[in-house]
Amino acid sequence: MNANRRQLLSHSATVAGLLLASGVLGKSAWAAGAAAGKGAFEARSLADVVKALGYGAPVESKDVTITAPDIAENGAVVPLGASSTAAGVKQMMLLVEKNPSVLAALFNVTPEVESSFKARVKMGQSSNVFAVVVTEDNKVLFAQKEVKVTLGGCGG
Amino acid sequence: MADPMRIRAQAAGDKATVRVLMAHEMESGQRKDSAGKNIPAWYISEVTASLNGKVVMTAEWGPSVSKNPFLEFAIKGAKAGDKVAISWIDNKGDKRSDEVAVS
Repeated sequence: MNANRRQLLSHSATVAGLLLASGVLGKSAWAAGAAAGKGAFEARSLADVVKALGYGAPVESKDVTITAPDIAENGAVVPLGASSTAAGVKQMMLLVEKNPSVLAALFNVTPEVESSFKARVKMGQSSNVFAVVVTEDNKVLFAQKEVKVTLGGCGG
Repeated sequence: MADPMRIRAQAAGDKATVRVLMAHEMESGQRKDSAGKNIPAWYISEVTASLNGKVVMTAEWGPSVSKNPFLEFAIKGAKAGDKVAISWIDNKGDKRSDEVAVS
């Protein structure tokens, strides 16, 4: 009796473990946060984010454009845009250098979408922002811009 | 369940520009409540976009994305009548999915 119960419990635990690993329970199976799993969102600099994702050093490039306001009156909602004319783009990212979480957003690009994304991010303070592009052959390109943040009030 | 997203997908030439406004607190985990305790991070962590049922874009977000996130991107070859679906999952496992037709 006892042996059977133990077997049943251990079998259930194994099945649950397998289901969890295969992604059927909870998170969907397709992406399971690949970048998050690599600690990219905990990295504290552009270089560290790129390294966490397993890529080589980023190179500044005219093929990447970062769109951002010169001055953001509201640091809670800063519109950023990243676009690229590079060929074979597979990933694009938006980074805020002085945020506790530097990597704000990462986009996996398929041939069905344009290499152009806009989003709104929080900025804790005036900081450089980066648009980063990773190509199919793992070249990392970026563009940067300084955004001044005036938190509330009349600016200045 | 989360509030619905507002999605607009407009065809222009050989692509459709998609604009999404999601309803989410996007708590960064940096704020403290009145008792001085950290308010835990609660944010959309993954976003998926599909055209007529086929995934065309996936994204991973961190706590730096603004509250009620706005997203804009363009799907190539999408035309009026095609279905664009956007879904998201947050770091607590809550999720939301909405769909519109390209206009």
